[in-house]
Amino acid sequence: MIRFVDLHLRAPIKDLDQVERMIRKSSELGYRLVGLVLPPNIMRDQINQLQHICNDAKIDLVTRVNLSPKTSGELLRDLRRFRRKFEVISVTCTSKGVARQAAKDRRVDLLHFPATDPRKRFFDPAEAELASKALSSLEIEMTPLLLLTGFSRIRLLSRLRREVEIAERFKVPVTISSGATNEYLIRGPHDYAALTVLFNMSVFSALRALSENPIDIVERNREKLSPDYVAPGIRVVRRKNCV
Amino acid sequence: MSRRMRRRYLALKVESEQPVNERDVIDAVWKAVLKLFGEYGASQANLSLMEYTPQRNFAILRCSHTALERVRASIASITEINGKPAVVHATGVSGTLRTLRKKALK
Repeated sequence: MIRFVDLHLRAPIKDLDQVERMIRKSSELGYRLVGLVLPPNIMRDQINQLQHICNDAKIDLVTRVNLSPKTSGELLRDLRRFRRKFEVISVTCTSKGVARQAAKDRRVDLLHFPATDPRKRFFDPAEAELASKALSSLEIEMTPLLLLTGFSRIRLLSRLRREVEIAERFKVPVTISSGATNEYLIRGPHDYAALTVLFNMSVFSALRALSENPIDIVERNREKLSPDYVAPGIRVVRRKNCV
Repeated sequence: MSRRMRRRYLALKVESEQPVNERDVIDAVWKAVLKLFGEYGASQANLSLMEYTPQRNFAILRCSHTALERVRASIASITEINGKPAVVHATGVSGTLRTLRKKALK
């Protein structure tokens, strides 16, 4: 059975009822892992509270932070501060410099581009080549596709079609997520897979972008964040008390 | 002799802030198909609402099997019904009504 993942729920953390409704809805629609966008300064007990809600809904919580730095220097500073605190780091690329730095940095998991401004979608072949070497993934958020209408949606679809084609050519993993702010904007994984037909993504690739690709990111990062991790392929299996 | 047209039946769950009737559901689906695929695409979909139970917010929609993915995409793109936030989830797909009902009862 496929384990579906929605790595991008923009639930208002202060409104726990709303968070609970969204998590329950995700669980009901067949997701087994959800990524909640958390503020960088979140306290441990708040995360525990969210973890408790997720356990009740039989869903696995992934902590995620969205960084939107203005310069590549700011991005490096943020990555140093937050990499060991969150399981998934997404960078919203608002300038070409930030986009290039994010694509080549192995600490960045997801490359996110603003949906409403096509001039700020810097995912071109050069970006894809860097991303494929650094194992960064291209994130496609589905909520703008539902909310935009008319010419803006046409432009977004045409841009996504191009980006998906580039990602496939350079073997950059694609991750599809909801980006939902309320439960009415969450759709089931098969519905998202059907929606990706609009930008020429095959249903097979779409299902992989909703399951295998995000699971790879989460598992890789959980391994790195575990205290037993030493280096890729090396971990502590037993500790001996030496006095 | 022409071949019989193959069809697909979709089980839908409608969620809305206000009660909706059969007419509202099929109108919302038609509007979404027209918006995404235009009149040409809509003409190929062969859409028809087979049943709607307002108490359970459950509907069964029939479409041509070649247009299934497009119809599913259109249904997923519905964000409001009668101007109120709403969502229509496709909970199952089948080639026959009988199997779909069996799946829906599970």
